[in-house]
Amino acid sequence: MTKSRGRFGDFGGQYIPETLMNAVIELEDAYKKYKDDPEFNQELTNLLNEYAGRPSRLYYAEKMTKDLGGAKIYLKREDLNHTGAHKINNCLGQALLAKKMGKTRLIAETGAGQHGVATATAAALLGMECVVFMGKVDCERQALNVYKMKLLGADVVPVTSGTGTLKDAVSQAMREWTSRIEDTHYCLGSCMGPHPFPTIVRDFQSVISKESRAQILKKEGRLPDAVIACVGGGSNAIGSFYNYINDKDVRLIGCEAAGRGIDTGDTAATINTGRLGIFHGMKSYFCQNKYGQIAPVYSISAGLDYPGVGPEHAYLHDIGRAEYVAITDEEAVNAFEYLSRTEGIIPAIESAHALAYAMKLAPTMSRDQIIMVTVSGRGDKDCAAIARYRGQDIRD
Amino acid sequence: MNRIQSAFQKSKNKKAFIVFLTVGDPDLETTEKAVHAAVEGGADLIELGIPFSDPTAEGPVIMEADKRALDGGTTTDDVFALTKKLRETIDVPMVYMTYANVVYSYGTETFMKKAADAGIDGLILPDVPYEEKEDFDPMATKYGLDLISMIAPTSEDRISMIVKEAKGFVYMVSSLGVTGTRSKITTDIGAMTKLVRAATDIPCAVGFGISTPEQAKKMAGLSDGAIVGSAVVKLLAKYGRDAADPIRDYVKSMADAVHEA
Repeated sequence: MTKSRGRFGDFGGQYIPETLMNAVIELEDAYKKYKDDPEFNQELTNLLNEYAGRPSRLYYAEKMTKDLGGAKIYLKREDLNHTGAHKINNCLGQALLAKKMGKTRLIAETGAGQHGVATATAAALLGMECVVFMGKVDCERQALNVYKMKLLGADVVPVTSGTGTLKDAVSQAMREWTSRIEDTHYCLGSCMGPHPFPTIVRDFQSVISKESRAQILKKEGRLPDAVIACVGGGSNAIGSFYNYINDKDVRLIGCEAAGRGIDTGDTAATINTGRLGIFHGMKSYFCQNKYGQIAPVYSISAGLDYPGVGPEHAYLHDIGRAEYVAITDEEAVNAFEYLSRTEGIIPAIESAHALAYAMKLAPTMSRDQIIMVTVSGRGDKDCAAIARYRGQDIRD
Repeated sequence: MNRIQSAFQKSKNKKAFIVFLTVGDPDLETTEKAVHAAVEGGADLIELGIPFSDPTAEGPVIMEADKRALDGGTTTDDVFALTKKLRETIDVPMVYMTYANVVYSYGTETFMKKAADAGIDGLILPDVPYEEKEDFDPMATKYGLDLISMIAPTSEDRISMIVKEAKGFVYMVSSLGVTGTRSKITTDIGAMTKLVRAATDIPCAVGFGISTPEQAKKMAGLSDGAIVGSAVVKLLAKYGRDAADPIRDYVKSMADAVHEA
């Protein structure tokens, strides 16, 4: 009989060095203690509302809807949160939890830099030390976020091992955590890694669908036909899906980064191209070769450039509750430009993957149907890279 | 008593010296020579590292070794073939040290069967703690391999639970953090050993951070053996294909210290 904790079907678990086991057990115990604690929740809600600017708007994208000529499109505007992305929901939750646990230092990994900025922000607000690990390649393509993290008082450690991207930043943050546990909380940024992180991150991000459900019921008197979100590790997607999982008529659609295409080696579409494996503390799907070596994945989006996916997404895929589609760089860039032009909203290139699928899906649906797309972040950070993608050299 | 436990019986003081190296670093021929050199130097047990792309429990020295091995094209099948060849002439126990995905992705049962056929005695998976061993332990046992249990300075109240089910030997992680040489080990190894001995009869050896004969002697004195990885891998990084002689000399100095502990 398995003694394993934190399973979604067969996915999840705690595949980590023994050195970290008591740390994750301590975290699980603390989370159990605080998650239903009224005082903790009041404190967190205050931070989310007064500091981060929640609830985020559910915006009816009328021009986009009319232009595409099908389902009504609503945008869940996580891009309007303080720090410009959904990441702050999780960081405020985890930082507050860590503080209750007596930790004085936060470490984090970051890909695009949004989670790093959100962690540095929470650390600054709550008076904690902060160290962010970021792949060297990502430091270069998201230089502005590196500056922001430093401005917020965090140390940013460029990670040169492996492919110098998100997976290497996660590995290095895990190594750092094994060397300093006593005063340090690892503020993991996505619904991945060892239990209890996938559950904690999902719970803190589920505020997205808790709000959107109430908002759409108020505006339309009914639930959406489809909820669409981008998936790297999958935190904004799981947060966007969570309160609809039991509503079987609501399609849940995760958009992975196909990079240059799922038939090329240059992709990060884990569910579409990967297979079952064990890595970064969890059993899930991973892009890997036949010997289990983790593949060097690629996407134009640093935030989706990860070879694995959170275990709950693997499970939702396996039981057929959620669908996972792959969106190429080119489709995402088109959507990035389209939303900017059509609605005056510059989305993060990560979120543009979800918008790209909405653009394909909406025209196939009828006008009385509803699509809800999570705009997980804003696109200021991506402007220079997208300009370069289009052959225009601008400086940050 | 199996071959792993008998490794702790050979010397008069019943202490074992254990050597780790990454297979294929920098190539398979060098690994073969280095293993022979380590055995000639007095190593009682050999840990063969199967390289992994993202070794999250390793420090920079072994990370680089894994990279060199993978860049050279080393595969799990190559490791099985080399093990088989080594087993023809080497009596000391050999165990694999690798990561969960290398075994799982290969097919756990196929992996265990091929490893046993090649003559391996056990397996160390640093990212498989007690709670997750059910994925691997039944198949390891089926093919006569010991899945080695690790305990760490943070294990505390978990030690007894873990070592009660331990097989082969208990791997005591000396310090917080990842593999790599350290100038000082501050954990109370004697106290950890006491907790191990209260719960099991199988031997325990200390690894992580040991590089000098003085450290090895001290650690083996407080337990049943000492494990050295990064210090050996450093010799491979420095001398490459000519590493066999320096490894033999180094292992001899370490093994002698352990056997006198």
